[in-house]
Amino acid sequence: MSEALLSARDCCFSYGEGAFGLAGVSLDVGAGEVLGIVGPNGSGKSTLLRLMAGLLRPSSGGVRMGGAEVGSLSRRALARRVAFLPQQAEASFRFRVCEVVAMGRFPHLGTFGFLGARDVEIVDRAMQETACSALADRDFSTLSGGEKQRVLIAAILAQEPRAMLLDEPTAALDIHHRSDVLDLLWRLSRKQIGVVVVTHDLNAAGQFCDRLVLLADGRVARAGGPADVLEAQLLSEVYGAEARVFPNPVTGTPLVIVPGEAAHDAG
Amino acid sequence: MRAKGHLSLGRLAVAVAAALSVWLAAGAVCLLFGQVRVTPAQVVNGMLGRASDPLHANILLMERTPRVLLALVVGGGLALTGAVFQALLRNPLATPHTLGVSAGGALGAAAAIALSLPGLNVGPFTPVQFYALLGALLNVGIIYALARRRVYSPLKLLLAGVTLGLICSALIMFVRFVADPHKLVAVDRWLMGGLDVHGYRSLAAVLPLLLPALLVLLMQANAMNQLSLGEEMAAGRGVDVARAQREAFLAGSVLTAGVVSVAGPIGFVGLIVPHVLRGLFGPDHRLLLPLCFFGGGAFLAVADTVARSTFAPSELPVGVLTAMLGGPFFLVLLMTRMR
Repeated sequence: MSEALLSARDCCFSYGEGAFGLAGVSLDVGAGEVLGIVGPNGSGKSTLLRLMAGLLRPSSGGVRMGGAEVGSLSRRALARRVAFLPQQAEASFRFRVCEVVAMGRFPHLGTFGFLGARDVEIVDRAMQETACSALADRDFSTLSGGEKQRVLIAAILAQEPRAMLLDEPTAALDIHHRSDVLDLLWRLSRKQIGVVVVTHDLNAAGQFCDRLVLLADGRVARAGGPADVLEAQLLSEVYGAEARVFPNPVTGTPLVIVPGEAAHDAG
Repeated sequence: MRAKGHLSLGRLAVAVAAALSVWLAAGAVCLLFGQVRVTPAQVVNGMLGRASDPLHANILLMERTPRVLLALVVGGGLALTGAVFQALLRNPLATPHTLGVSAGGALGAAAAIALSLPGLNVGPFTPVQFYALLGALLNVGIIYALARRRVYSPLKLLLAGVTLGLICSALIMFVRFVADPHKLVAVDRWLMGGLDVHGYRSLAAVLPLLLPALLVLLMQANAMNQLSLGEEMAAGRGVDVARAQREAFLAGSVLTAGVVSVAGPIGFVGLIVPHVLRGLFGPDHRLLLPLCFFGGGAFLAVADTVARSTFAPSELPVGVLTAMLGGPFFLVLLMTRMR
């Protein structure tokens, strides 16, 4: 990995007494890589993502984007560099798909957000890259979960960021659309965009991410390649459930299996 | 009716010009009707001060023209604010009255009428209008203080607004209870909402509040689009979410306070007009907000003209008519179009 694009240094954060937070987390995201953030519920994955997106401020430590402190950039200036996709995005009104994608241009445009010829080109290209062009005039709210997610990724692509931060982008998708979306993110990362994905799906993370960061109780339990992080003993400790890891018979990447009680009975 | 492709400045200009024409045309037609019918020639002559009949000229210049103008801006302001509040609160049922501003105005007016509060003539406001404005602005202040808190969320603000409205309703009942029964008729009449004005005083009272508020709301149109996809999404795109919400809430509330102080709580314009126009022309607020202003103004001017013509020689308060006709119309719309 070359020089870090987006980096968190010793980030601490607390939502208040007794609530989940972060206790000194550091990580780097490079251009052209997919970084997966994994860990149990309440381990601080989404909090870390929001700190990196500048939506939350760390109580100590800092986040830097291309040499500048994230907190020192204006919201718009930051949005031109870093895009954020929250977990649940629903439109309250019946916007059309091309309108939703064009909204991604916001930080590049004036007060009323009219698109220039170049902006229209960028929006069209973003829709082509995510295979949404055919949906352009459809009502966003009537799309399927997989289609919606592709459209929202098109929108953050139109934002032309150097790094994309996505909170559980595949949580609501079936296996087909899940691999569609992950393939798409992987392809985008090869265009020198840094992609950070928070996910609960360890097997998908092992398959699609270049590197993983495993969080536990607001700290980094381990960071490294999928094979280093997805290790049976470590996962069993962090998740508090017996986990076993096998090589995926198709891809060779780590395949995590939690047998649970039912499996013991059946076996 | 929604055009394909992206909204350009040119297309917006054409749409706004068309809406402006409808607004002006509705106003012009409304000048002709009322208890006394006049011809277009009489209107022109009256405006130029060449009327053959001084009575007609007086009706036209001092009664009908200010009333139609007031309807055009009041209806517009209410419809536009309704559209903004629906986006901000992410609730299709939100109206300019949802946050309790109008209830504060009603309390102020009811107290002024029923308890014979000292008659303060402040600027162009009549004493009752002034107390209504005071009550409405008091509630704006309370809501604004809540919205500034970090714990602010649309749902909490909605609950706070509804509660504020209920408190004011209870206080109005208390005022009615202790008031001289002879004054209750005047209180009721005010609560119906209407545009029964003489001369240009009410217009002069409301415009200094309405025009700056309209400008602030229109400037937030693009941010309203972003907020329609959620606050975090908007923040990630570079919207200063807290500031956009604060400015829009404050401007919409001040506008409502001004409108309610001169016209009472006129309902349904702020609910129906945004829904119909959104259904026809799409939810893009850069287009929707100007259309709501002109559409809402035209709607209220026509409704008021019907209200004051149909029941001649008495005049039905327009607030009663908008609720009586607008309610059923909206129900039909809900059942047929918005599945």
